[in-house]
Amino acid sequence: MNEAELKELMRAGLDGNAAAYRILLDQLSRYLRGYFRGKLTRMGRSAMEAEDLVQEVLLAIHTRRHTYDAGKPFTPWLYAIARYKLIDHLRRTRASSIDLPLDDTNEVTARDEYAGVESGLDLQKLLDRLPVKMRRAIQSVKIEGLSVAEAAKRCGMSESAIKVNVHRGLRALAATIAREEAT
Amino acid sequence: MKTDDLITVLSTNVEPVDRRQVVRELAAAVAIGTMVAVATILIFHGLRTDLDDLQAQGFLLLKLAFAVAVIISASICLVRLARPGGETRTRLTLTAWPFIGIAFLAAISLVFAPFWHLHTAVMGGRWLECLISIPLIAVLPFVLVIWTLRRMAPTDLTHTGALAGLVAGGMSALGYALHCTSDSVPFIALWYGGTIALCTLIGAVLGPRLLRW
Repeated sequence: MNEAELKELMRAGLDGNAAAYRILLDQLSRYLRGYFRGKLTRMGRSAMEAEDLVQEVLLAIHTRRHTYDAGKPFTPWLYAIARYKLIDHLRRTRASSIDLPLDDTNEVTARDEYAGVESGLDLQKLLDRLPVKMRRAIQSVKIEGLSVAEAAKRCGMSESAIKVNVHRGLRALAATIAREEAT
Repeated sequence: MKTDDLITVLSTNVEPVDRRQVVRELAAAVAIGTMVAVATILIFHGLRTDLDDLQAQGFLLLKLAFAVAVIISASICLVRLARPGGETRTRLTLTAWPFIGIAFLAAISLVFAPFWHLHTAVMGGRWLECLISIPLIAVLPFVLVIWTLRRMAPTDLTHTGALAGLVAGGMSALGYALHCTSDSVPFIALWYGGTIALCTLIGAVLGPRLLRW
């Protein structure tokens, strides 16, 4: 997929187009997998570790997607997040060398790896650690696919409370994953 | 967990995003931070009482103009660095211009002042009060800006932290200017400029710890 297509999908995703957003995340997961495996295997690290990072970055992209400026190219934005998270990961896992050269931004979309392995993360266990409101909101809206209105009725919260709890919950999840990987 | 499952979770019922959120939230943080700094000064120090004097008004305007220039130039850079990869497209030299400007004015005023005037111009005012007040009053605005930035995604945490310190120092200086009666350009250049630079340095040191995501 080229820059223009990725950008188009991202814009649609920002407007709330779930189908386009899914296609985008799917494509990005392949690029990220290729990028992280390429970097990590050279350091003698496992494919599972790369997959942890793929998932962490997907969550980061999602919870911070409002920081993408739709007027600017998409690939440098993606590359900056991937590189930042890779450096952070290496620092947390005490790598001897965190001197990561600044590549061309297209490096991040250079390889397209479809075959995923499972990460070492367990979504259900991670969810169980969230505060109950956030967990129920995510469970209803993001996992069972209920509409915000239905979820509000079921959880006895207002619709805006559901939205806020989904948003905060995903951010908390992203933070937990980052801590999880460090151990 | 399979990555596909995570993608399903993330792309289910995806909410539309406000595209101006970064600019709007940072603008709000700067506006509220400035009000906090001004309120702090008015409560603890009070407005300078000699504002019927024309020269006092002139110096107040100069101090305010300097502080506003610092706030605006720092905010422009901050909006860019709050986004991933923003540091590669942003020239931070923009933030140096207010300092260069005030240093230039200070140099001119020193050239035209008698030599014995130098000491009074620089050390004559209440420099200690300025040195303590500006960094201290910058704390709340700094916390506010950092708290806002934590919901964004800066990837150069040292420079983003420095800009947060700079903009907080600017807000604090704006508030302090309402109280300060030390009316000389070299004083403004040295003590306002110096304390704001100190805030910037502290921000750069704290940035990587406070802004990690």
